[in-house]
Formats: sequence, C-alpha cells, structure tokens
Amino acid sequence: MVEASGTLTRRLLLWLLLAPALVWLLGLILLPHLDLALLSFRERTGPGEYAYSLAQYRTFFAEPLYWDVFVRTAVISLIATAITLLIAFPIAWTIAKLTRGRVSALLFAVCLIPFWVSETVRTLGWMILLRETGVLPGVLVSLGVTDAPVEMLYRDATILVGLVYTSLLFMVVPLYSSLESLDDSLIEAAYDLGGNGWTVLRTIVIPHAAPGITAGCIVVFMLTLGNYLTASLLGGKNSLWFTEQIYTQFITRFNWEQGAAFGFLLLLLSSLMVWIGLRLSGQKFSDVMSRT
Amino acid sequence: MIPSLPRPLWLRVATIVFVAAFLVFLFLPLVTVAAFAFNDAAYPAPPWQGFTLDWFTGDESKGRTGLFKDEELMGSILTSLLVAAWVTLLSVVVGTTNAFLMERMRFRGQGLLSLLMLVPLVIPGVILGISILAFASRVADLLGDIFGWEAEFLRPGLPLVVLGQVSYLIAISTLTISARLKRFDRTLEEAAYNLGASRPAVLATITLPYLRPAMIGSAAIVFLMSFENFNTTLMLVGADSPLTVMMYGRMRDGATPVLNAVSVFLMVASAAIALLLMRGDNGRR
Repeated sequence: MVEASGTLTRRLLLWLLLAPALVWLLGLILLPHLDLALLSFRERTGPGEYAYSLAQYRTFFAEPLYWDVFVRTAVISLIATAITLLIAFPIAWTIAKLTRGRVSALLFAVCLIPFWVSETVRTLGWMILLRETGVLPGVLVSLGVTDAPVEMLYRDATILVGLVYTSLLFMVVPLYSSLESLDDSLIEAAYDLGGNGWTVLRTIVIPHAAPGITAGCIVVFMLTLGNYLTASLLGGKNSLWFTEQIYTQFITRFNWEQGAAFGFLLLLLSSLMVWIGLRLSGQKFSDVMSRT
Repeated sequence: MIPSLPRPLWLRVATIVFVAAFLVFLFLPLVTVAAFAFNDAAYPAPPWQGFTLDWFTGDESKGRTGLFKDEELMGSILTSLLVAAWVTLLSVVVGTTNAFLMERMRFRGQGLLSLLMLVPLVIPGVILGISILAFASRVADLLGDIFGWEAEFLRPGLPLVVLGQVSYLIAISTLTISARLKRFDRTLEEAAYNLGASRPAVLATITLPYLRPAMIGSAAIVFLMSFENFNTTLMLVGADSPLTVMMYGRMRDGATPVLNAVSVFLMVASAAIALLLMRGDNGRR
C-alpha cells in the first residue's frame, strides 16, 4: 500500500514529482511573464541605463498607428470568431444529430484532415488560389465575371477567409462534443409541445451547447488574435496586424521595452476576452479548457 | 437522424449543399498545393503546363532545384525533426510526472497548480516566445556578470525554440495523460501489492503499460504540433531555421513550386502519423 511506505518516502516522492512541474511553470511561464511586465515598465535613459516609467504605454496611446492596429486586430478577430461559429455550428449539428454511425464518423474525420497539415501549407494554398496570377482570378475571367484578373490577396476579406479556415477545427470539435451529449428526446419533446425550429434552437439546443460554444469562441479568438502567419502572408507587407508590430519592435528594431509593452497589451486583451466569455456563459475555466 | 423531427425537403437539400460547400472549402487549398507540385512551370500558378517530378528530383542540369537537392530545405526539415524529437521527449516525460502529481498526490495549493497548468493554453504563442526570449537573455546576462559564463544556449537558437514550444505543449500532454490516469482502476495496483510486488515493479508492469496509449497519443500530437509550430518558434529562432520559418521566408519572396513539393511531403507524413494513431486506437478496442 502506498500509505504504508512511510511519510518520508512519500514527501520525497512528492518533491520529485513537483520539481518538473515547478521548473516548467516558474521557469517558462511565471518568471518570463513577470520579466516581460518589468521590461515593459522601463525606459532607456542612456547607454546601459534604465529607469522605470510608463513611456512605452504612453507611446502606444499617443501614436495613432499602434492604437489603430490594436483595435483593428481585435475587431477582425471578433468577426472571424463569429463567422467561424456560424459556419461550424451547422456542420457540428449535422455530424452530431443528422447523421449516424459510419457516415457521422467519416464526416468528422474528413473535417479534421486538413488540420493535420501545417498552417504554412494551407496558407500557401490560399496564396496560389487568390493571387492575381492565381487560380480563382483566372476562373473568374474565363467565366466572364471580370475582364482582367483581380488581385484577391492583401485585402481584409482575404485575411478573414484565412483566419476562419485555420480556426474551423477548434470550433467544430468542442461544438460537436457538446451537441452530441444533448438527448434527442429533449428536442422531440420540445417539438411535441408545439415548439418550432427557432424556439427549440434558442431554448434547448443553444443553452445545452453553451459550454462548447464558449470553449470554441475563446480558443478561436485567442488563436486569431495571436495569429502571425496567416495575417502577414494573406494581408501582405502592410497587413497591420498587432503581432507583426510586436515582431517588428522585438526582432527588427530590437526595442524590447516597447515590444514587451505591446505583448502585454495583447495578453491583457486576450485574457479579458477569455474572462468575459467565461462570465457571459457562467462557465469555469478548468471545465472549458478540458473540453478543447 | 432524429426520426420524429419535422424536416422539410428544402432543409434537407440545404443541409447537403452546405456540407458539400464546406468540404470544398476545406480541401480546395490542399488540393491546389498538391496539384501545383507537379506542374511543369517555374511558378506555382496556372495554366497547367504538364506533369513533372522536377520539383522533387530536379537538379542543376535542369535549371530547377528539386526538394531532394535543395540542401537548405532538407536541412530545415532535419532541424524541425530534431526540435520535435526533443520537445516530444520533454513533454511526455513531464506530462507523465505531472499526471502522477495531480492524480496521486494531495498537497496544499494543488487546486492553484492545476489551474496554472492550463494557463499556457490561453497565452498567445507570440507572447510565450517574446517572454521566454527576454527572460532567457536576462538570465544569460546575469550568468555572464556573476560567473563569467557564456550561456550561449540561452540566446536565440534551437535550445530556446525547444523551451518555447515545450512551455505550452507540456500542458497538452499533461491533460491527455492525466485524463487516462484518472480512469485507472486502483484495485489493480492494490492486488499487485497484496501479491508482494514492489512499488517500482507495479509501476513498470501495471501502471505505465496502462498509460502507454495516452503517452503514445500525446507524443504524436506534440510531435506534430512542434513540427508545425510557427508563432513561438519565429521569436526564438537563431541561425538554423526550422521548416515552417524557412517556408515562411520563401513564401514572402514568391517561391518556386519546390515549396509545393515540401507540402506534399508534409501531407503524406501527417497522413501516415494519423493512420498509425487510428490503427493504434482500433487495436486497443
């Protein structure tokens, strides 16, 4: 028995198991983020000299470009999350409720396949499809819709397509698992009692799927907000995405203080949205995360 | 199908059309990438010029550098494999110790710790990258000032990439392995103890074999996610670029179909891992 083997060995074992967890959480998560916060609150006053100040945050609010890009990134991420939800919900519903057995399993597997492939590859696909010399502009010309090939890359709508595409999996999976656990007889009972499709959806299906919807939206919003690859490749050289600003400050300009402040603002926005999502749906963080 | 649901014909047709359109949307980019890997043209763009394998096997004699002759690209694949191997090893080992820590131990602050273990999943990858970059270089500076050490591994490079990826992938392996350990029937262990087995023997012959599927499953997922990681890697990379970073750089400059060839290779490799995992699943049932 475990309990019989003495408290000393037990304590030793506890510390042995605790050590890797603490090294991970302290060394790679807590301390680096604390350091990032400190970094964002200081200013270079001379060669090798630093003082604590709010200068980095002042720059953010004083410079319209940074502020605009921040808001733009947040708004596009919200829109992308909403569109992803609207597309993924009927699909998850079809897999969970309208199909059975093999068809359902096959459809689910087919939906997952593209996400086994790297985001780089998927983005390359969209670039070949959408650029001026690409496939879709060519198709549009041969169909007579446009006279000359149209550049379809480097537009906000293109970024949205790319972001929604990348996010679908993270919405379909939690939606599916929450819809699958919904008892069919509840839906039937609601219809028997005279409900129509809309009221059933609003009063039975959506409340039951709320944890899945929350989990999906939180994860998708966070991933789109922090996306770099899709936004910068489909949006072009000036796609004005906030993670690009962070990259520019950190890597190109080597202005770590400013980059740290930007990073912290993004983290704050992302955490705020997670918190709002949890509050709105009355979910607990640990429940939601174990669903995804 | 819920039999008694009123489903008019138009709704059924609409559902089928929607699902079909969705599937086209999902597979269009992948099919496009794969098709243009075999197009006999200098750029991955229409029209179709005929079938060729140049973008896989071509060399200088043809004026086209195919994937297998592109040393930069092949090198970056090796780099990615190396990083992914380390990340997988670390994530599965720490994920397993974490599972035992959370499921088998009781201690003060356990609730807080289990919450903390989920936090890396909601931090954007770019921020994980910059925070580890800044912290590692602060530690390296300190080591240099105090002991005069050159802590080269804390400067941007592959060791930092491994640390950056591990920082959130451990959370995933911990979740998967803990979930299986939670379902474990403790009486199996107790029976073994009653029969006189020692603690290491029970661990090696009963508990770990039970956890094996979760460990293999999370290893595959972590390996894949490491191989495909871009956000965190981009911030921490040094002179050696892993594949995703290398591809990104070339995509910005407008690349030849050799990138499509790499992509086909990646698709085949991912499919192989997926099939292996599925067979493993079926074998267990």
